[in-house]
Order: sequence, then C-alpha cells, then structure tokens
Amino acid sequence: MADAAVGKDKCGDQRLVSLPLSRIRVIMKSSPEVSSINQEALVLTAKATELFVQYLATCSYRHGSGKAKKALTYSDLASAAEDSETLQFLADILPKKILASKYLKMLKEKREEEEEEDDDEESDIIGEVLA
Amino acid sequence: MAERPEDLNLPNAVITRIIKEALPDGVNISKEARSAISRAASVFVLYATSCANNFAMKGKRKTLNASDVLSAMEEMEFQRFVAPLKEALEAYRREQKGKKEASEQKKKDRDKKTDSEEQDKSREDEDEDEERLDEEEQNEEEEVDN
Repeated sequence: MADAAVGKDKCGDQRLVSLPLSRIRVIMKSSPEVSSINQEALVLTAKATELFVQYLATCSYRHGSGKAKKALTYSDLASAAEDSETLQFLADILPKKILASKYLKMLKEKREEEEEEDDDEESDIIGEVLA
Repeated sequence: MAERPEDLNLPNAVITRIIKEALPDGVNISKEARSAISRAASVFVLYATSCANNFAMKGKRKTLNASDVLSAMEEMEFQRFVAPLKEALEAYRREQKGKKEASEQKKKDRDKKTDSEEQDKSREDEDEDEERLDEEEQNEEEEVDN
C-alpha cells in the first residue's frame, strides 16, 4: 500500500518536472545577488529549463545539417546559437568550431591588420613630432 | 551553495531523455551535443535567475516568485514558454492542494479506523458470550439424554 502511494507520487512529479529541483536550486543560488527563492519559482524555473532543452534540441535539429543522417551534432547547436536571436546568450559557451589551419590564417590576417594600424599610428606620431 | 563545479551540472540521463522525447525517433545525438545542451541548460537557469531577480528587486522583494520567473521569460524573448509555464503552475498548485486535502483525508480516515476497531472489539466480546451460551445449552442437552 505504502509502495503504491510512493510510486504514484513519483509519476506525478515526473509529469510536472523531471529535472531535480535540488540541483536547480543549487544553480540558482550560485548567483550571488539571489537571496531566496520560493517553491513556485523553483518549480517554474525547472519546467522552463526543460522547455528550453526541448526548444534548443528541436531548433538545432530542424536547421541543422545532420537532418538527412538523422543526427544532432555539436555544430548544429553552435550554428543555432549563432543564428537565433533568442539563443544569442549561448554564443560564448557554444563557440563554432573551426580548423586550426583556418584559425592560424585568421590570426595572421588580424596581425597584419594590426600592424598596418600600428604603422598608421607611428606615422601620425612622426607627423606630430615633425610638426 | 555549490562547492564543486560539477554541482552546477544537470544530470545527463535526464537531459538525454528530454532531448530524445523532443526529437523524432531514432535520431542520434552525439556525446558532444549532449554535454553542450546540458551546459546550455545550466547557463539558461543562471540567465533566467538573474532576470527574475531583477524583477524581484524592482518590486522591492527579496524572494523570487512565480511572476518574476514568468516576467523573465518575456524579457529573454521566450514568450513561447509563458503559456505552458502558466499551465504547469496551475497543475502544481492543484497538486499541492490535492496533497494537503489527501493528508487531511488520511488523518480523518485514521481517526475513523480507530473508532471502528474499538467497535469490532466489543462485537468480538459479544461473540464469545454467545459461544459460551451455546456450550451451556449443549451441556444441558447431554444431561437430559442421561
């Protein structure tokens, strides 16, 4: 009898939220300015996080490249974070992966640009001194 | 308070189940994609908390409440979540109310049960009396036979 009641309770909780509330609370409390959270706010945040995971997964899959292969990959997520306005806050933690060779090329180009700027600045200074 | 960085992670098994339920059957989710979604979910919690906290502060309240979280969703441009969240909130409130009533009902049942148990006991006493009477009657019959 007691076991049956517990089982029913578990199912009820799963229907509402499946993420552990205790863990959600720890994450929320890790924000220094937050002093206390009521139970309803906690449940809603947990539920919102579930909706968010669903949204991120479906959005990335739908616009992703792996649809034909029936696969969801990291790059699908990174593109979603880059393209979608609402997912912009993820851009820093879901950076697009690029090849090292491409990165080195980018770095070189950037350096050249900076050098050009430095040159400009130097000539300005020289110009000032001369004036 | 989070003591280790992994305390800020959400359980992978649960995250994977939510992703699988959201996507069509048979879609393969790379391990990297799973951990990325899990990280994104933790960041989402922090972002939502921070937004909700701003609303609480504006209202000069120290405790985050349900309406702060709903306002945060609007602010974060997740309006699409507001309707399902309101439904979830109602369901949660119903559940809490149900639980309260159930525990009250349980208490009532328990009181009733102790009452009926007492009644059962007195009935048993009566039964014993009857049996004793029967025996006496039998004895009388035997005597007559003799």
